[in-house]
Amino acid sequence: MSTSSQPPILTADSLTKSFGGFRAVNDISLTLGAREILGVIGPNGAGKSTLFNLLAGAIPLDAGRIGLDGVDLSHARPEARIRAGLGRTFQIPRPFARMTVLENVMASAQGQRGERLLPALIAPRRVAEQERANAVRAREILDFVALSHLEDQPASVLSGGQRKLLELARVLMAEPRVILLDEPAAGVNPALLDMIIDRIIAINQLGIAVLLIEHNMEMIARLCPRVIVMAAGKALAEGAPSEVTKRADVIDVYLEGMPA
Amino acid sequence: MELLAYAAFFLTIALTYAIMCLGLNVQWGQTGLFNVGVAGFVGLGAYVSAALTTPDAAERIGGFGLPIAVGWIAAMAAGGVLALAVGLLTLRMRSDYLAITTFGIAVALQLVFQNAEVLTGGAFGMAFIPRPFAGLQGQSFAFNMVNLALTAAVVAGVYLLLEHLLRSPWGRALRAVREDEIAAQALGKNPVLLRIQAFALGGAIMALAGAVQAHFIGFIAPGNYLPMMTFQVWAMLIVGGSGNNRGAVLGAVLVWAIWALSGAAISEIFPAAQQARAASLQIVIIGVMLCIILLWRPQGILPEVRSVSRHLGIRNKDS
Ligand SMILES: Nc1ncnc2c1ncn2[C@@H]1O[C@H](COP(=O)(O)OP(=O)(O)O)[C@@H](O)[C@H]1O
Ligand SMILES: [Mg+2]
Repeated sequence: MSTSSQPPILTADSLTKSFGGFRAVNDISLTLGAREILGVIGPNGAGKSTLFNLLAGAIPLDAGRIGLDGVDLSHARPEARIRAGLGRTFQIPRPFARMTVLENVMASAQGQRGERLLPALIAPRRVAEQERANAVRAREILDFVALSHLEDQPASVLSGGQRKLLELARVLMAEPRVILLDEPAAGVNPALLDMIIDRIIAINQLGIAVLLIEHNMEMIARLCPRVIVMAAGKALAEGAPSEVTKRADVIDVYLEGMPA
Repeated sequence: MELLAYAAFFLTIALTYAIMCLGLNVQWGQTGLFNVGVAGFVGLGAYVSAALTTPDAAERIGGFGLPIAVGWIAAMAAGGVLALAVGLLTLRMRSDYLAITTFGIAVALQLVFQNAEVLTGGAFGMAFIPRPFAGLQGQSFAFNMVNLALTAAVVAGVYLLLEHLLRSPWGRALRAVREDEIAAQALGKNPVLLRIQAFALGGAIMALAGAVQAHFIGFIAPGNYLPMMTFQVWAMLIVGGSGNNRGAVLGAVLVWAIWALSGAAISEIFPAAQQARAASLQIVIIGVMLCIILLWRPQGILPEVRSVSRHLGIRNKDS
């Protein structure tokens, strides 16, 4: 089973999920170190995004167990998982289209007093205080992902790459301890790629563990000391990127997905 | 003077619809909840307030002669509780269940109004509902003006309350759920809780509208709370601008004006024997108006503003 040298923050044991009779995730286990960037690679349809959906609670497990820093989250609701510090982005970005970029990020702050109806009504000053602090932080994060100049724009105007960055900004606003990044560089213009890599390193240096799904092998090689290769719902191989990509079985599953 | 008194009367009624429309705007405009039983919530508010405030009547239970304000508060509570119950039952499920349930509840309530004679007075409804400033009833101008002022104050109060809430983090979370429930949930929002809250708030406001209207007119009957009323309120919100509170008020006044004017025109033009049938022309006119708006300006006359948190000191920008 996969291990890292660090104390684990996220553990998944034997996760399994079927859609109808089809096993999209078949007995996957992993351990993510508290400061690790762990890669998840594999051909399309391997079950990588489904694994993220299971970890984030977007879909229920058929079997298995998920723990975050010793707390069992196997059956927790998605809102409880992000509150516990497990955040995720979506492979296909899901911006709040008719809200501004700044609002998108601010909406993501956890523990907002003003999100409860009664305090929103009767404690406007305390709500305002927290809002101002959150706005400062949201703007720092927008600066970090280079979206500041768009803060007043509705998210619907963003390009594909900018939407990926907004996904990242929103999840950072929630102050997670673990981030699941689903193809953060897919469809991003190459000029942005270096910046995204740089930002992921910076996030990791803040003490946030990262589980990273990515097809871009250059990016994987630069970010991940260790990767898990998934194929047909199973973990096929695991190790350093340079090593696993030499394995014949790994090359085979990648070639199968290629047009002849 | 007579004309002014009529204008005040007309505007007062329009403003009672504006309150309903504000309630629907919380549910649909901000939260995307499809309530097709608006008339049921309005009627419930009207009957509850009437039952509590009318003088004792021999033929039915109720008639407690309580102050009007008590009736209004009780109406809001009743509308809020009904909406809460409907929300708890349906808002965990697919969104179409809410539509079916609200429609069913409105029909059921209407049947209760009509048949629970000991409570509601049956088909004849309830009369002698105390009117605010009843002392002025002799002078129709003064009476209509003070009632207009009172109703406008209620509209303003509801409007300010909603603006305050919708520009708070609560409103932002509501819109996040409306825009993308899965993303909102992944970011820690509880969609079911937020929807139930918004639905209950909207239901309470609709019931208040029913109570205000009932007390202004002074009598109610089950025929006031037919699906037609739901249709009118929806038309008002779509015309005025779904998601925009000012749009909701504007739409209510505008659609009510067209409704009232076309009604008056029909009674002028058509002979008495034809009028019942000609009245359906009113619906056609509103329907055509809806089509025009949906084609020409689908977001309504006043589209939703991109509201930024009220605490950031940024001015709202019309999109
Ligand atoms: N909600 C779902 N219902 C049915 N099948 C699904 C669902 N989600 C994913 N799948 C299927 O599961 C398999 C794995 O999908 P996915 O996890 O998205 O793969 P990857 O992210 O590795 O490309 C695919 O065959 C996909 O069609
Ligand atoms: Mg995927």
